[in-house]
Amino acid sequence: MLQVSIYRYNPEVDTEPYMQDVQVDTAGKDLMVLDVMEMIKAQDTTVTYRRSCREGVCGSDGVNMNGVNGLACITALSTVVKNNKLVLRPLPGLPVIRDLVVDMSLFYAQYEKVQPYLQNDTPAPAIERLQSPEDREKLDGLYECILCACCSTSCPSFWWNPDRFIGPAGLLQSYRFLADSRDTATEERLAKLDDPFSVFRCHGIQNCVNVCPKGLNPTRAIGHIRNMLLSRAT
Amino acid sequence: MVTAVTNMGRSGLYDWLMQRVSAVILLAYFLYIGSVLVSGVDYAQWSELFEQTWMRVFSLLALVSLGAHAWVGLWVVFTDYFTERMMGSAGNIIRLGAQVVCGLIMFTYLVWGIQILWGL
Repeated sequence: MLQVSIYRYNPEVDTEPYMQDVQVDTAGKDLMVLDVMEMIKAQDTTVTYRRSCREGVCGSDGVNMNGVNGLACITALSTVVKNNKLVLRPLPGLPVIRDLVVDMSLFYAQYEKVQPYLQNDTPAPAIERLQSPEDREKLDGLYECILCACCSTSCPSFWWNPDRFIGPAGLLQSYRFLADSRDTATEERLAKLDDPFSVFRCHGIQNCVNVCPKGLNPTRAIGHIRNMLLSRAT
Repeated sequence: MVTAVTNMGRSGLYDWLMQRVSAVILLAYFLYIGSVLVSGVDYAQWSELFEQTWMRVFSLLALVSLGAHAWVGLWVVFTDYFTERMMGSAGNIIRLGAQVVCGLIMFTYLVWGIQILWGL
């Protein structure tokens, strides 16, 4: 029997959050953490979490498992369980709505700030805006982000200043458009990032790289943004 | 863009660059001082070293760098932990108070350092 300790909080009933101990019979199988959560929900239907595709594509079920953020649906028990114990908590740093469900408003507000869409003020061509294979390659490792928030909620700078530091997820998307050969708003984008909080709260501790379920590297993207700001200013 | 009035320059890039440049100066200074100490030095040699203008200029540069480096670093720490978000409106008062204390300490060290270096 797997010992699971799960974070519970229903603001309509509970005065404060508490940890509930549950035993789950995994029948010796190396299940995904989401499977275990489903088994817990079968025992107690009030347990609440987000989930959708169950294959690491939608980014809905980002949770903190034994202290490490990740997607419950693609995290095997064997990779997180220690001493037959699994502790499930909501993503750290964001307000909890209920149990494992967090309020992602601040996260999305930061994403919105970087204007995550192509901006091009030249007349639209008849068919499409072409891009060389080399220029397209620059977007690899950037466009794959699924906005699960595992990275930003593992970043202490985002915990302390979620209203002012854009965070690894937002900055990865920011660089995705800064690096795009078809985007013409580079100058305007950089001008909005040159304050002490938006980019420069990153101190390069790479928690984001450590937890990204898609294996992306926001720290490297932030380094590129910093270099672009430096070349622009010198 | 997020505005801030108490950081060193008006831009994050300026603070970032200042912190790196000051770090390199401090590293060079302490490596040099370390090498002098390790090679064995008596009072007369030590005193003679600090009689030279270049050493005084180098020391003053290191002292100014220390002040700038500390200001940028502590500004980040204060704006992480002593904030309205973390402690309510008291956060703003504590943060500004801490910044004033830090600024005074650094300014005092600078003036005191100049006095020591030039034997005033």
